[in-house]
Amino acid sequence: MTATLLTFYLFSSVILISSLMVISSKNPVHSVLYLILTFFNAAGLFVILHAEFLAMILIIVYVGAVAVLFLFVVMMLDFNLSREKDNLLQYMPFGLFIGIVFICELIIVLINTNLDLANIQILANPFSNFSEMTNTQALGSVLYTDYILYFQLSGIILLVAMIGSIVLTLRERTGVRRQIIVNQLDRDASSTELKEVASGEGIDI
Amino acid sequence: MNIFLPILPEISIFISAIFLLLLGLFIKNIKLIINLAVVTLILAIVFVIYQPIGTAFNNSLVNDEFSKVIKILILLGSLASIIMYHSSRKDLNIDLYEFPILILLATIGMLVMASANDLIAIFIGLELQSLTLYVLASLNRNHLASSEAGLKYFLLGALSSGLLLFGLSYIYGFTGNTNLNLISTTVAPGNIGLIIGIVFVTSGLAFKVSAVPFHMWTPDVYEGAPTPVTAFFAMAPKVAAIAVAVRFLIVGFSDVAFEWQQIIIFLSIASMVFAAFAAIAQTNIKRLMAYSSIGHVGYALIGLACGTEQGISSIVIYLSIYLVMNIGVFSFILSMKYKGEHYENISDLSGLYKNHPYYSVIITVFMFSLAGIPPLAGFFGKFYIFIAAIESNLMLLAIIGILASVVGAFYYLRIIKVIYFDEEKHSFDGFNHKSLHLLIHPSAFLIILFCLYPLPLINIANYAANAFY
Repeated sequence: MTATLLTFYLFSSVILISSLMVISSKNPVHSVLYLILTFFNAAGLFVILHAEFLAMILIIVYVGAVAVLFLFVVMMLDFNLSREKDNLLQYMPFGLFIGIVFICELIIVLINTNLDLANIQILANPFSNFSEMTNTQALGSVLYTDYILYFQLSGIILLVAMIGSIVLTLRERTGVRRQIIVNQLDRDASSTELKEVASGEGIDI
Repeated sequence: MNIFLPILPEISIFISAIFLLLLGLFIKNIKLIINLAVVTLILAIVFVIYQPIGTAFNNSLVNDEFSKVIKILILLGSLASIIMYHSSRKDLNIDLYEFPILILLATIGMLVMASANDLIAIFIGLELQSLTLYVLASLNRNHLASSEAGLKYFLLGALSSGLLLFGLSYIYGFTGNTNLNLISTTVAPGNIGLIIGIVFVTSGLAFKVSAVPFHMWTPDVYEGAPTPVTAFFAMAPKVAAIAVAVRFLIVGFSDVAFEWQQIIIFLSIASMVFAAFAAIAQTNIKRLMAYSSIGHVGYALIGLACGTEQGISSIVIYLSIYLVMNIGVFSFILSMKYKGEHYENISDLSGLYKNHPYYSVIITVFMFSLAGIPPLAGFFGKFYIFIAAIESNLMLLAIIGILASVVGAFYYLRIIKVIYFDEEKHSFDGFNHKSLHLLIHPSAFLIILFCLYPLPLINIANYAANAFY
C-alpha cells in the first residue's frame, strides 16, 4: 500500500512540476518536451489504477503522435519570444482571480461532502468476470463482436478525415515537367541533334 | 446476411462511395460520378422503404417507422443538394469529384443518427456527419469566406461535440447504460447528475440544429459556404439532428419530461423570436435563409416540447414541408446568375417580375409558404405544430410562435416587394439550367398540392409518430 502511495506521489508531483514548466518555460521546444514528460507520468498514474491499456494508448498516441506533431509545429513556426513576457503580466490578475475562485469552490465542495470511498457503487458493469482478464483482453473481446458497427463507423470517420485533408490541401500544379522514363528510353540517336556552340554565346533550342 | 439487412442502405451507400472514389481517380468525368451518386441515393431510398422494422447490433440501431420516414427525408435532401451541385459546380469553382462522395459519406452518418438508439451510435453518427460538413464548408479553397466558414464551423462544432460527449458521459455514469431503452428503465426524477447530462447533450444538439443561443455560427457559415453546400446544411443535417433529439429525449427520458421540457421551450421561444427580428436587417439572401432556418428549427422544437404523439407527427409534417421549401428556395438562389456570375443580394432581385414573370410567381409561392400564409404548405406545417402545442397546454408557446411568424412574414414579404415593385436591375440566365428545373417545379408543385390533398403526408407523419407510442 505504501509503495503504491509513494509511486502515486512521485508521479503526481512530477506531473504538477512539469506541467507548470510547460506554460512557464521560455523556449517552446522545452515546453513540448515537458509536455511529453507529463504524458509519461500520467501514464504511470493509469498503471496504478490498473488501466494499463489506457496507459499504453496515452504513450503511443499522445507521445508518439500528438506531441511529436506539436514539436514539428513549434519548430516550423517562428515564435517571437520576447513578446510573451508582457502578456504574462497583463493577464496575471485575471488568471489569479479565476484560480482563487476555483480553489474556493473546491474547498466548499470538500467541506460539504463526506465521500464514502469504501462504498462507491459502480453502476456500469459491462463484464461479469472483469477481474479475471486484462484491459486489452476485455476490450478486444467486445470490440470486434458486440461493437463491430462502431468500429467500422470509426473507420469511415478516419477515411473522411483522410479524404477531407487531401481535398482541402492537394493542389495540382500545372506546367510541371515530370520525368517519364519510358519516353527517355524510347529515344534513339535519330532524335538527337548535335550543335556547335561558339564560346561566349548561347544557342536556341 | 441477416446481420447486414438492417443497415443495407448504409452499406450500399458506403460501397458506392468507395467505388466512386476510385473511379474518380481514373476517370475525369465528374458528371458520371454525380449520376452514379444520384442512382445510389435513389437505390438507398428504395432499400429504406422495403426495410423490415426491427433492431440491430444489440439494439443500438433501430429501424422503426420514425427512422424510416426521417431517413427518406435525409436521402431526399442529399439528392437535391447533389443535383444543385451539378448545376453550379463550374461557376462556383468547386469542380471536384469528391463533392458527391463527401455528401454520400455524410449521408451514412445521418442515416446512423436517424436510427441511433445508443449513446455511442448517436455520437459516432454525429461525428461522421459533422466532420464531412466541415470539409464541405471550406470546399472552395480559393475563396476567403469559404475557408473562414469552414474554420469557424470546425472550431465551434468541435466545442459542441465536446459538450455533447461530456453530457453523454454523465448519463452513462449515472445510469450505467448506453442503450436508450435501458436508460429509460433506470431514469428517476430528481437525479441531479442525469439532469446535468441532459442539459449538456441538449446544448450540443441545439448547436447542431442551430437553435438560439447556440446559433452564432449559422449566418457566417451559410453565407461563406458554396451555395449547394449551404442548401445541404439547411436540409439534411437539421432533419437528422432533430431526429436524434426526438429519439434521445422521447425514448430515453420521457419519465423526466418535465425536466427537459423547459430547456426545449426556452430554445424554441428564443429561436423563433431572435430569428424573426435578426433577419429584418439582412441584405444577403443566404444569410437571410440562415436566420429563416433558425426560426424554422424553433417551430419544429415546439413539437418536441409537447412530447406527445401529435407533437412528433407535427414535427415530421413540419420537417417535410421545410425540406421541400428549402429545395425550392435554394434552387432559386442558384438560378440567380448571369454569365457565370452568381448574385446573392436581395437587391439583385429587384424588378425580377419584368424579366422573369413566371419565376417571380414561383418564388412568391416559396416565400408565402416560408412565411406561413394560409393556402400554402408552410401554413399547414405551422398550423399542426400550434394545434399540438395547444392540446398539450403550451398556450404561451403557441401564442409566441404566432406573433414571431407575423414579424417573420415581414422579411419574406420584403423580397416579394423588391421583386414586384422595385426598379428593374438584372436579368438572369440561370433559369435555363435543366437540372434546377428538376427541383424548382416539383417543389413548387408539392407546396401548392399540399393544401388540396394533405392526407398522404399526414398519414405518413402519423405512421412515423406511431413508433414511440
